[in-house]
Amino acid sequence: MVQAIDLALARAMCEDPRVIVLGEDVGIDGGVFRATDGLLAKFGPERVIDTPVAEVGIAGVSIGLATQGFRPVVEIQFTGFAYATLDQIVNHASRLRTRTRGRLTCPMVLRSPCGGGIRAIEHHSESPEAMFAHIPGLRTVMPSSPGRAYGLLLAAIRDPDPVVFLEPTRLYRAAREEVADDSTASPLDRAFVLREGTDVSVITWGGMVPEAVDAAAELQERGIETEIIDVATLKPLDAETIIASVQKTGRCVIVHEAPRTGGYGGEIAAQLAEHALTSLIAPIERVTGFDTVMPLPRLEDVYLPNAARIVAAAERAMRYR
Amino acid sequence: MPHSFMIDYRRCLDPSGALVGSLPAAARDGTWVVALYRALIRGRTFDAKAIALQRTGRLGTFASALGQEAVALGTVSAMRNEDIFVPSFREHAAQLWRGVSLTELFLYWGGDERGSNPLHARHDFPISVPVGSHSLHAAGVALAFKLKHEPRVAVAVFGDGATSKGDVAEAINLAGVWRLPVVFVINNNQWAISVPLKSQTAAETLAQKAIAGGISGIQVDGNDVLAVHSAVGEAIEKARTSGGATLVEAVTYRLGDHTTSDDASRYRNDAEVSPHWAEEPAIRLRKYLSDVGVWSRRDEERLLRETQTEIDEAADAYLAMPPQEIISIFDSTFAAMPADLAAQRASALAERGAQ
Repeated sequence: MVQAIDLALARAMCEDPRVIVLGEDVGIDGGVFRATDGLLAKFGPERVIDTPVAEVGIAGVSIGLATQGFRPVVEIQFTGFAYATLDQIVNHASRLRTRTRGRLTCPMVLRSPCGGGIRAIEHHSESPEAMFAHIPGLRTVMPSSPGRAYGLLLAAIRDPDPVVFLEPTRLYRAAREEVADDSTASPLDRAFVLREGTDVSVITWGGMVPEAVDAAAELQERGIETEIIDVATLKPLDAETIIASVQKTGRCVIVHEAPRTGGYGGEIAAQLAEHALTSLIAPIERVTGFDTVMPLPRLEDVYLPNAARIVAAAERAMRYR
Repeated sequence: MPHSFMIDYRRCLDPSGALVGSLPAAARDGTWVVALYRALIRGRTFDAKAIALQRTGRLGTFASALGQEAVALGTVSAMRNEDIFVPSFREHAAQLWRGVSLTELFLYWGGDERGSNPLHARHDFPISVPVGSHSLHAAGVALAFKLKHEPRVAVAVFGDGATSKGDVAEAINLAGVWRLPVVFVINNNQWAISVPLKSQTAAETLAQKAIAGGISGIQVDGNDVLAVHSAVGEAIEKARTSGGATLVEAVTYRLGDHTTSDDASRYRNDAEVSPHWAEEPAIRLRKYLSDVGVWSRRDEERLLRETQTEIDEAADAYLAMPPQEIISIFDSTFAAMPADLAAQRASALAERGAQ
């Protein structure tokens, strides 16, 4: 998937001279995960800018750039370090259009590797998507495959408003597929139905998608047909696709890696309660991280939701009377 | 290896209006200096009117710039139209100079976003209420100018309190390492709400914060509009000609409360404040203009009368302004409204019984 991101960045930069990439180690190093590999050689130091170690500065400077016709694509090395940028994102990037009634706008993308599963050190495995999705004027996207990463990132860069683009590190190398570099962007307000099924809907995104896929295979062996929805664009949320799925299956398991309380699963559950209550034949299940600090690698697996927990939740929903 | 650093201090007019330093070139033209004086009085009269409107419930919380008008005015008078001004929230006189209208300023402080979408000065930034974070936007704008090879300069103004923030440190550092065409101006009014400068920093000057970032730094008498103009003007032209960034510390004094929500008597007394009235920027400039023979008592009376009329009329226009449509809170959130927000907009309209 990391190559698909690199590919999308190169495509966007080829097609639009306004697109520039900036961040820590994005230049000669090609990014710590190599998501910007080769861009410096291809586009030069005026479009691929190695910054000082200054997350707030990178975000703030990008706002200034964006108001002047550039399309900055910022890499914050890990989401644990993106928290520092929240002031700039919340107080400025996301509301500049509203504050000026459209006079000044902020078409920037803040990319950041997120989530656990790669045995990283502290602060390198965060899942802050709900925090970003809570911010008005900001789009929040998390891809779960190389193809979707390519299409969604192109869309994010072309979008006239700020987008936070969270990339699950565990999929950078694990998720592999051929990606056509055809410049086709995916809509930023559509969920993906990855698997159709009639018994239970699993609603998830990002690094949990492969776990859902494994769970569906296991459930199929037990005679349970799972529908998998990759939400992908958390904000704006494609509630329609989710509601339609749950209206069909009557059962729903929401899976996310982030802590449970205040997690984005709560918003999805609320929407289902509002619009699909009478279709539900079992309580909504949530399989999530715990309300704990993300553990260091040795206990990471205790925290992270996995296929077994999803299977168990789906079976609970199936058994419910 | 030993290093020696120094911070220069610049002053053209002393508090009595006496010429004590060399004037900026523009000041050789008496009518230009008169225009500056008029703008200063315009800003101050606006300020007083805004407070009066707030006290009578017709304006929101307002941040007075009383006594500090020379800082931002000296700054913007050294800018070109195509440069970009990135203000804090106390630069009313400067915004007016840049082309924002009095009615628009009233509108903004009256709690209406249309005030941040002025008819003129359209490429300038809106007021930044979060302290210091806009210094980085100026750096970003400057980076854009540099990348586009445009001979333009970004100019930000922020307060002494802002210099304690990481944002400003990062902005100075980035401006240095990327040699950006940006000028940072500190309105050092000695007080960050209730916190005096000595509790803000152990640094002898704020201008010396430039040194660590590898940019130029200078301190000026912030009550001397000609000195501010001179220092900022040089900094701007240096930036424009690829000479890099400057931090200008303008030393002035906040004669009023922090905002209309503040009561400065809780933390400072008259004995602390009153000496500063003798140093405020209007007195010395008026004295200077009078000394060089371009300003009379009659000019003064007429200016005060005309300015008051202009500002009263602008306030009336503000008060008569039809309210924004309620849907406007939704319509500028995104370029294209997402379906979920459109649904919220529709329900807001339905709840209010509109179409």
